[in-house]
Amino acid sequence: MKMLNKIDYLLHLADNALIIGHRCSEWCGHGPILEQDIAVSNIALDYIGQARNLYQYAAELINSKNDPFVGFVLPSTEDSLAYLRDTTDYKNHLLLELPNGDWAVTTLRLFLFSSYQYFLFNELIKNEDSQLSAIAEKSLKEVTYHVRWSGDWVIRLGDGTDESKNKIEKAIDYLWPYTGELFSGNDQSIELNWNKKVEVLFNEATLKMPTKTWMQEGGLRGIHTEHLGFILAEMQHLQRAYPNSEW
Amino acid sequence: MIAENKNTNLSEKATIDAVWAILKTINDPEIPVLSIVDLGIIRGVEIVQSENESPLIKVTITPTYSGCPAMDVISIQVKMALLASGYTHSIIQQALSPAWTTDWITENGKQQLKAYGIAPPVGKSFDNVYLEDLSIECPQCNSANTSLVSAFGSTACKALFKCNDCKEPFDYFKCH
Repeated sequence: MKMLNKIDYLLHLADNALIIGHRCSEWCGHGPILEQDIAVSNIALDYIGQARNLYQYAAELINSKNDPFVGFVLPSTEDSLAYLRDTTDYKNHLLLELPNGDWAVTTLRLFLFSSYQYFLFNELIKNEDSQLSAIAEKSLKEVTYHVRWSGDWVIRLGDGTDESKNKIEKAIDYLWPYTGELFSGNDQSIELNWNKKVEVLFNEATLKMPTKTWMQEGGLRGIHTEHLGFILAEMQHLQRAYPNSEW
Repeated sequence: MIAENKNTNLSEKATIDAVWAILKTINDPEIPVLSIVDLGIIRGVEIVQSENESPLIKVTITPTYSGCPAMDVISIQVKMALLASGYTHSIIQQALSPAWTTDWITENGKQQLKAYGIAPPVGKSFDNVYLEDLSIECPQCNSANTSLVSAFGSTACKALFKCNDCKEPFDYFKCH
């Protein structure tokens, strides 16, 4: 990503993982059946693990700068980066902060995002920064499972009953305008591969690829939908109300 | 025993062997029959500094999954076990690359998993075979007539299967 410096880029990746992880965790105890509840909660755990690895590395770089005007709480930790930054500091993609909606929105979003991550991490493994490449290598194995699981659901809903098809089509209409942002600043091959992957799966699910449409953007610049503030209010409440509290 | 040896100027190699022996006694908190050595998450044991009375020992561990909640517990267990054996200076460090793979579970570990009722991983991590296409043996009755219930089981590293013959559900340690 050319437009962000390394710390901001790491935070962008970490925020992505944390916010989608938080959304997945909202299903814990609410899944349609026990096995799927466990699956989506496990996926949440994978994402929060990714976020921790990335925040820890970002904190290390921030602290090593030894600059009192660096713009972060010093010394920074994974916790200060997750819990003490505001909505305008967050750099996650807008797609990930949208509410879970129904099962169709949840699984489709996960499919669209994890497929993007799959191609992105395949690139990042080759990154000259060995720590970033190690995190990508570790995460890629998990992401491969996420793509399979969510993709299976998109096929099942698309090729299922009239009602399930109706729901997944509505989910596509709702989420599609938020997918353009995923590719800004990235190598073009990621978008091409992603498009191919989505098209093949949509075909199998008897779903139509959406036509070109106007795309939402802003996450990378800290301009978010109203939903992010509600997530942070809930997630950061304890740390804001009782500063420096620990488990 | 190790505490006594400490003062008799053990060679570094002997110390490292002793640390490995201690690590073999620590079991994974989620799968309490399997030692962390058999699980393959110990990346290395090093003596960073041996001049002091007590050597500074560095143990490098690697998570099975990024979000594995057992990592912190395992780090503490390693530190405590070393302390109990007289190694007062230790650093427990995490390494992500190369990423852990089920290929590192020892043969002994796989047998212990099975005896505990968890089907051990089948094949190699990069075989690229999907869960649905695998024939997993039921750890209870050894039948190969089993089917996948969910790709995610009781922990991130396991999938849920059921045996079509003895009807028992069981965990499968995913090839990863």
